[in-house]
Amino acid sequence: MNQEHLHSQYKAIVIGGSAGSFQVISAILQALPEKFPIPIIMCLHRLKHVRTGFVEALNIKSAKVIEEPEDKESIRRGGIYLAPANYHLAVELGNTFTMSTEEMVNNSRPAIDITFQTAAYVFRNKLIGVLLSGANKDGAIGMKYIHERGGITLIQDPAECLIDTMPKAALDITSVDYTYKTNQIINFLLTLHKQYVA
Amino acid sequence: MQEIEIADLRKITEIIQSSHDYDFTNYAMSSFKRRIQRVIELYKLSSVDALVKRLEADQNFFKEFLSEITVNVTEMFRDPTFWRELRDDIIPNILLNNDTFSIWHAGCSSGEEVFSIAILLKEMGILDRVKIVATDIDHVILYRARQGMYSMKNMELNGKNYIQFQGKSSLTDYYREEGGKAIMNKDLVENVEFREHNLVIGDPFSKFDLVLCRNVMIYFNQTLQNQVLKLFHASMHKYAYLAIGAKESLIWCEIANKFIVVNNEEKIYKKIKD
Repeated sequence: MNQEHLHSQYKAIVIGGSAGSFQVISAILQALPEKFPIPIIMCLHRLKHVRTGFVEALNIKSAKVIEEPEDKESIRRGGIYLAPANYHLAVELGNTFTMSTEEMVNNSRPAIDITFQTAAYVFRNKLIGVLLSGANKDGAIGMKYIHERGGITLIQDPAECLIDTMPKAALDITSVDYTYKTNQIINFLLTLHKQYVA
Repeated sequence: MQEIEIADLRKITEIIQSSHDYDFTNYAMSSFKRRIQRVIELYKLSSVDALVKRLEADQNFFKEFLSEITVNVTEMFRDPTFWRELRDDIIPNILLNNDTFSIWHAGCSSGEEVFSIAILLKEMGILDRVKIVATDIDHVILYRARQGMYSMKNMELNGKNYIQFQGKSSLTDYYREEGGKAIMNKDLVENVEFREHNLVIGDPFSKFDLVLCRNVMIYFNQTLQNQVLKLFHASMHKYAYLAIGAKESLIWCEIANKFIVVNNEEKIYKKIKD
């Protein structure tokens, strides 16, 4: 891991995933210490018309409480957020969330590109973008934008992905700082955590 | 395409205000910026300045701009459990004390939810006893709402929602198909008043027993949400209901204490103080 990336100034981690990412997300959430301070904002493709069940499933194994934010809710230190069904989830200036019911992007609502781009706009180089397994190209443009704004980009190793289209799409159009397997992603987060404890 | 900066957005809202008397200054930045980006791409404009020039000079372009900038993605019976709650709990409560009542549908867009409420009331046998006023900022979309013509492609989802709503018949009973379009039965909305109204600068124009404004205020910042909630408050009878979208909230608004939460899952509130 690049030493320059090891600091305690991060404002948020955004995670995008689709087909094949649920196990990875579960493993990450399970491994996170309860006091992990950096807000995590997850945009995972999900059934558009099933409002309940997903966040509950993620909560089962995690020591942290995962929630679907409401419009204009403040992003809290240590908060873990999941984009709700059938809404785009955007980060707004002033450190709040904004919901949107706009047209689907990449055939998705929530769309990872929207969450990533708005987060990168607000958090600039104090953002980490993580893109996991998935079967379409959503998130690639978002990763490119995170990189352009000086943030860190991390993809799940395509070799480990159940479906590698999504991380590969990011690799095609932007520079990626880290290509990691699930356990390496977890180590990365735990290493970062130490920066905040120290 | 260059990044749109905050200063660009300010330029745009200023020109809209001075040339057209619409106020977008307190729209939520992230979505407003995306809508602007969309218009620039749609009309193949070279820059923000090109957009500003066009907005300044071209009255007809502004009308189109207004239609593109507002989000008109909607469904019939979106969140079926909300509509069930309305039918099984909220409306029966209103009927306890009123033989007739009134509904304001604020930000009705292309009218899918207007037809939803009309179908719901018809199935309750009270459609002729309810006065519905449906408003939107954009008169082009209001015209479409009044027409009640929807792409058949969308009717599949609408029909699914209707089944989950557990309606009395089939959604197909309320429209006929013609040239790939679903044409809604006109009698459903014959008593609906469609009118242009801008939540940002509009005044209260009547008092209502139920206000529906789902997924509209998400496009506003907190300042404007506060202001619009005051407008709703002034437009509601005491003990009237207000419904907002599933992921919206009033709890951080200045006058939240004048409302109580009736149903937090479906985001239904009741006005308890004048």
